[in-house]
Amino acid sequence: MTTDTPRVLSCRGLRKRFDDVTAVDDVSFTIAAGETYGLLGPNGAGKTTIISMVAGILRSDAGQVLVEGVPVSTRTTEPKGRIGYVPQEPALYPDLTGRENLRFFARLQGLSRDATARRVAHVLDVVGLADRADDRVGHYSGGMRQRLHLGVGLLHEPALLVLDEPTAGVDPQSRNAIVDDIRDLARGGLAILYTTHYMEEAERLCDRVGVIDAGRLVAEGTRRELVALLAEKDRISLSVDGDLARAEEAAKRIPSVLGAAARGNDLDLLVHDARQCLPGVLSTLAEEDVHVRAVEVDEPDLETVFLHLTGRALRG
Amino acid sequence: MRAALLIAAKDLRQRLRDWSVLVFTLVLPLGLGLVFSLVLGGVTSGDDVFRYAVVNEDGGPVAAVFTDRVLPAAAEGGAITVRTAASRDEALRLVGSGEVTAFFVLPAGFSARVEAGQAAAVEVVGDVDAPLGTGVARSLAGSFTERLTSVRVAVAAALRSGSTRDPAALAAEAAAVPDRLRAVEEPASRRELDATTYYAAGMSVFFLFFTVQFGVTSLLDERRSGTLARLLASPVRPSSVLLGKLITSVVVGTAGTAVLVAATTVLMGARWGHPLGVAVLVLTGVLAATGTVAVVASLARTSEQAGAWQAVVAISLGALGGAFFPVAQVGGPLAAISLVSPHRWFLRGLADLAGGDVLAVLPAAGALTAFALVAFGVAALLGRREVRR
Repeated sequence: MTTDTPRVLSCRGLRKRFDDVTAVDDVSFTIAAGETYGLLGPNGAGKTTIISMVAGILRSDAGQVLVEGVPVSTRTTEPKGRIGYVPQEPALYPDLTGRENLRFFARLQGLSRDATARRVAHVLDVVGLADRADDRVGHYSGGMRQRLHLGVGLLHEPALLVLDEPTAGVDPQSRNAIVDDIRDLARGGLAILYTTHYMEEAERLCDRVGVIDAGRLVAEGTRRELVALLAEKDRISLSVDGDLARAEEAAKRIPSVLGAAARGNDLDLLVHDARQCLPGVLSTLAEEDVHVRAVEVDEPDLETVFLHLTGRALRG
Repeated sequence: MRAALLIAAKDLRQRLRDWSVLVFTLVLPLGLGLVFSLVLGGVTSGDDVFRYAVVNEDGGPVAAVFTDRVLPAAAEGGAITVRTAASRDEALRLVGSGEVTAFFVLPAGFSARVEAGQAAAVEVVGDVDAPLGTGVARSLAGSFTERLTSVRVAVAAALRSGSTRDPAALAAEAAAVPDRLRAVEEPASRRELDATTYYAAGMSVFFLFFTVQFGVTSLLDERRSGTLARLLASPVRPSSVLLGKLITSVVVGTAGTAVLVAATTVLMGARWGHPLGVAVLVLTGVLAATGTVAVVASLARTSEQAGAWQAVVAISLGALGGAFFPVAQVGGPLAAISLVSPHRWFLRGLADLAGGDVLAVLPAAGALTAFALVAFGVAALLGRREVRR
């Protein structure tokens, strides 16, 4: 993402209190077109409250939400048509069919009858439910409901897709399918705001991550930027055949390798960015006739980042 | 408005797939109306629920008034059937065998005592298992003897004041004096609904307060299922969501009541009155019911809580308003208090329609509209807060 990429969502100084509890405290962030931004935090951190204010269903006490430069609030209607909102629970009508659900929400978004028919057919294809479109949603599996639920948010071709923990309570297979769908949508230029407390998902999907704790945005950046906050190094463990001492010396000559130590048949390397320097390490060792049997990379993850920033585990 | 109609159309589609709506809209009101009508409605429905015998041991002219004029007139109205029994023993046998509900006895000397200005009584003997029929028989005998009492008092007063005229002639003259009180009562009696219509209407308006819940309370269901958040995240105003729910209630309530009106007319012989007047009352009644349940729903946190509260309100207002028994006929403070119930105004409107032209429903329709406006105002204030929370 470059600085020239247009901002689809701008949140500035968002605050929300419920009685004596500050749910969201001065949160600001932006999302560009084609960018997936993850709000990472434990349950109760304020993610859903932020999402609700972005979607225009909860009034903020202070601050502003702009979607494509247009302010969003509970009183506005026009900018809501630019947002595809996918709440946490499958918000569908179980006694209507999948097609009837989609048709209703499409019409509610202001689509004409023709456009509705076209978009409903397209979305059913995208979420893989075309063959079950005329079954009642009450007869769908959890994964199918979740996919249809996601599809509702895409009906009106929004500029911003807001997803509130879309994989919560979903089986691993459906979760993978949903994550793949979201990644495809981002590639298509959609700006995505995504909340999760699954660190792996955030790492897999999000271009940037905002770490939320007790209603505050305590850190923000790419995964690499966040990990850099820890000042921790990546570790590469190599199981090798050949002259281990020679391999160690060769590894130490690689500029990105900060340290190397032979241990039994293994060679442990300390590096800044394991993913970036691994190809160079492997080719250097090959040149030294050292055969690498297995590679293990140990890099600080967002879980570690969260622990470092908040003193608490992400999933407590 | 477009969004409200879309929401209403969606809700109606859901309701059509929900059998509980059918039960509350048609099955229960029809069933209970039929039961009430059968149990309590025989008096005026023309069937032979109350069958009587009469034993005339007197044979005089005053007894003949009762046997030849009073009882045949009541039988002609379809309220009762009457047969003659030769003796008390035969009449007792008829009661014992269940062939009659009760019997009247005009004892020997009855006419003479009346003509002489002395106390006289029509005896009523009833089946112990038919208190209602026996009570009706007592009422018939009582109203006759009350009339005789006034004649008897007139004769006695004339004799005491020194009149030398024949007591029988005096009695005939007193009986011929027009009864002013009855002249006043006649229009009122025409404004009463027959029992079948009364209970058909009572059950219809009673269950109306349940059927309209399906639209209004679905707002709470939508909140619980998360679809309300999705509706509010769409480019629609919160007021459109509320309006859509109200439209659903009004359509379900109006359609359900219209079907009940038709069904009770065909199946039970209910006589609702002029269709235009009935339509005005049904529509204003539906609006009042929708407004009332909307207020209750606005105060509740869940649809279950709303359902429980609405049941309490519906049953209380229904009982107070005369859906189960004609409270207005009790008179006194209860009849006055019953005017706070929309049910009471709905039934009163139908009674007015039965006794007058279409315009006669306007006072009741006006009261129901006032109920609706006040309730909608309160519900709108509470409901807007609810959808925006």
